[in-house]
Amino acid sequence: MEKSVMVIGGGIAGIQASLDLADKGIIVHLVEKSPSIGGRMAQLDKTFPTNDCSICILAPKMADCFSHPNTNVITYAEVVGVEGKVGAFKVKVLKKARFVDETMCTGCGECLEKCPVKVPSEFEMGLSNRKAIYTPFMQAVPRVMTIDKENCIMITKGKCGNCKKACKREAIDFEMKDQMLEIEVGSIIVATGFDSWNPTTSTEYGYGRYPNVYTAMEYERMINAAGPTHGHIERRSDKKRPTKLAFIQCVGSRNPQVGHPYCCAVCCMHSTKEAMLAREHHDDMESTIFYKDMRACAKGFWEYIERAKRDYGVRYLNSDATVQENPENHNPIVVYDVGGRQQSEEFDMVVLATALIPRKETLELAKILGLKADEFGFLESSDRILGMGRTNVPGVFLAGYAAGPADIPESVAQGSSAAAKAVEAMALAGGA
Amino acid sequence: MTMAETKKTDPNEKPRIGVYVCHCGSNIGGFVDVPSVAEYAKTLPDVVYATDNLYTCAEDGLTSIREGIRKHNLNRVVVASCTPRTHAPLFQTTCESAGLNKYLFTFVNIREHCSWVHMKEKEKATLKARDLIKMGVARARLLMPQEEEKVDVEPTGLVIGGGVSGMTAALSLADMGFPVHLVEKEGELGGFVRNLNNLYVTEKSATETIKPLIEKVKASKNVKLHLNSQVKSVEGFIGNYDVVMASKGAEDIKTKVGTIVVATGALEFVPEGLYGYNQYPNIVTLTEFEILCKKKSLPSLKNVAFIQCVGSRGQKVSYCSRICCNVAIKNAINIVDNYENMLGLAEKNGTIIDTVPVEKKVPDEILERRRRRRGRERGEEGEAEEVKLGPSEKIEVTVFNRDVMAYGVEHELTYNKAREHRVKFVRYTPENPPKVFMEGNQLMVSYFHETLKLDRSMPVDMVVLSTPMVPQLDTREMSQMLKVPQGQDGWFLEAHVKLRPVDFATDGIYVCGTCKGPADITEAATQAAAAASRAAIPMAKGYVQAEALTSVVDDIKCSGCGTCIQVCPYGAMRKNDKGLAETIVAACKGCGCCGATCPEMAITMTNYTDAQLLAEAKATLEEV
Repeated sequence: MEKSVMVIGGGIAGIQASLDLADKGIIVHLVEKSPSIGGRMAQLDKTFPTNDCSICILAPKMADCFSHPNTNVITYAEVVGVEGKVGAFKVKVLKKARFVDETMCTGCGECLEKCPVKVPSEFEMGLSNRKAIYTPFMQAVPRVMTIDKENCIMITKGKCGNCKKACKREAIDFEMKDQMLEIEVGSIIVATGFDSWNPTTSTEYGYGRYPNVYTAMEYERMINAAGPTHGHIERRSDKKRPTKLAFIQCVGSRNPQVGHPYCCAVCCMHSTKEAMLAREHHDDMESTIFYKDMRACAKGFWEYIERAKRDYGVRYLNSDATVQENPENHNPIVVYDVGGRQQSEEFDMVVLATALIPRKETLELAKILGLKADEFGFLESSDRILGMGRTNVPGVFLAGYAAGPADIPESVAQGSSAAAKAVEAMALAGGA
Repeated sequence: MTMAETKKTDPNEKPRIGVYVCHCGSNIGGFVDVPSVAEYAKTLPDVVYATDNLYTCAEDGLTSIREGIRKHNLNRVVVASCTPRTHAPLFQTTCESAGLNKYLFTFVNIREHCSWVHMKEKEKATLKARDLIKMGVARARLLMPQEEEKVDVEPTGLVIGGGVSGMTAALSLADMGFPVHLVEKEGELGGFVRNLNNLYVTEKSATETIKPLIEKVKASKNVKLHLNSQVKSVEGFIGNYDVVMASKGAEDIKTKVGTIVVATGALEFVPEGLYGYNQYPNIVTLTEFEILCKKKSLPSLKNVAFIQCVGSRGQKVSYCSRICCNVAIKNAINIVDNYENMLGLAEKNGTIIDTVPVEKKVPDEILERRRRRRGRERGEEGEAEEVKLGPSEKIEVTVFNRDVMAYGVEHELTYNKAREHRVKFVRYTPENPPKVFMEGNQLMVSYFHETLKLDRSMPVDMVVLSTPMVPQLDTREMSQMLKVPQGQDGWFLEAHVKLRPVDFATDGIYVCGTCKGPADITEAATQAAAAASRAAIPMAKGYVQAEALTSVVDDIKCSGCGTCIQVCPYGAMRKNDKGLAETIVAACKGCGCCGATCPEMAITMTNYTDAQLLAEAKATLEEV
């Protein structure tokens, strides 16, 4: 039997783990919950500290991962059961019906135009709509359509079928059923990533109540040329372009009251990047970042902050901040504290660096696999000091944000590291 | 899939070009008049067949390419569709399956370059598509078949550096089944961690924590350990490095390895001339403090100040050293929680060391009185909080910081714990750093309180300076020997800061741990396993096969000046026996830097020859 590994999660950590294994001649089954691999990195506009276009550097890796002769990329699928042990795991994977034949669909998109249903796009953080038949984003891999059965009126009401008529390759199959796959692997890597915390419940920031308060993830999509506003920064209230932006750090993080006392480790940098990008879009953009500690502590990061101050006019204010609103013009008013004195300042737009939290589904997966999670839901390594990514279950390894806050290079390194550990474990077990 | 035998293509045979123009459904077809473009392609020189496909990449599209090659005896194929990045391999394989060398295929991108960027200008998009195809055909006429060179990889690794990173990398390679040489310049394994007392998140001593790792390395059959040794020279390229190792008092060892992992670690910056270091007593660096803890030689202390960012973040070095805040916090908690077991041992054990003499203290009562007075003078209400000593009432620890870099889960929680244990954190700005001075016999720290906007001072028994990690002194030498780059601040520079954190641009050499920048032990160990994973790839494959898009040196024109060797970012150029330049095909990425800089025009790139590029340029400038 050939050596094989299952990687759960198709973000950058899972992609890197898969590529490292496949390149060593190991068969990889990459299971991704959503219709496309790419994960969070695909949603980002640029990456710090080089301001590389995120999808541009990611897309080739996604393509390599999908087309590698040793990979079997299973999208729109979830792990629902595991038996066995290192060297000989049997994994049950539920492949959800996407109602489109992946082998026939070329992703041309003719069906999209004919679909009458509009649904808020998850990928665009709800800032624009997708159809009931869709690919999450332009560079999706695999480039095939998916019908979301909750919203398709042909599936829910039996009326429509426009997409089927439009498809010249007869790829659409409304009768498609969920499939249960059983896959044997020698080792498993969990790389299920993170979710962005919804700040609606922390009313002091006014998110959801004041139209011009955004989350950082929404802002990332908004400044992206392929995003919902084609890269134009505009206010929800009046579609006008803001010139005065406030970025508030640690929204829901470093905050025991809402259950996330930890630091998310990436927000100081992504907010700095977002402020810089505003100025790159328009010379008159003025950004202020309200922060607790400016945690710019990896290679080139502090220099990046200095550059933001010097070349992009980004203002840093060391203070907690809350948001009110000027009801006349919907301008958010940031209330903050300097030297013990409360102050306030009106802005055109506020961007919240919301806490990044482990996915709920990761906890369910942890139960299935027998993994331990910490009190916040991050998966725990058995040897926190020298063997990060090794778990209490032999043969099961971790990579990326699911194992705790990590930026992209750390996630990539953890992906490669988990790949090495998986190979070691299989060599030791001598099987699969 | 079995590959059909590639038929011999006579370079002199007249080109017979087939052009396939893709609609990509409506992706291209909606914005470019594809059928008319295909018709136009038929009029171009040497084009014997042209057609349009709804999807060239779908199975029927691929079949039409195969059939075209057979039926029309095509010896060049042009596909005008989307991006080569995702689809070139597919079309190349298709050509090969029909017996056509894959280098006789060329790609024209009319999706990104035409339909997507000119969505509202169908006519212009169509004209541009015609021009791009015209260029593609002009290039295709001059394409030559190429053979890919396959080079065997020696399945043995070399790891330079026997610290935690190096040991982890070596052990990982060994456990994956590869023999590995581990070279350490010192007489024992462990590296920088040997200086440390304990590591954060564990109370176990640092030495105890890494002991199992050292034992595993020593016990591994696949690890050949070279202590007291250094790598003297490295010649060769991926899969085939000839390495000479020099050991103290022994003969040089010559060996051949396939891949190299660099894990040479870092040093602690010595704050000469800063904050009274080496000038006043009881001023130590963070690592010196760890050593004192480890040796159980801390004097009795009642008031300790940690000063963060000494020399870092825009002072002696530009960067933040990432770990010092968390190391300082760890030590602060240690001495607050465990003061009885840690402090005063110097006196008790009689091991007072010269560099850290114990100063006579101001009696406690006087100190206390002095503090109360200061509190009252400023008119603070009641007893100022500072009057109280630490939770133990016996020790007070203050951490002067700019930003506390307690990133992630554990560091932040530990930071909170430190505050709960009444470690004081006082923020300073680089414009107003704290000052260390002597007042009579008493060591003092003065600082500017940012919130109260007041200058203050306090007596201290010891000042711990958190200084940054700095690169090893031999980093430059090492970078020249291995032909790998250093970044601006002297650290080794990885191939891509985001997506290739443990690769060098040069294939076959990898980097991990603190020699590429500040990292803690966990991060270093993770990078090390990652580097091992990367290094194992060519060794597991057993060969490297370079795309036949490489540079070729014309022996007759080459003067042997060596410019190409200097500019090559991949270490893929070398001098041959005749002193002339030569391309190491297995290492070459075909970037063209050598060709562009060669003063003798002696270097060409296969299938990106001047003639081909000029033909493309001419084609586009010609009147239609």
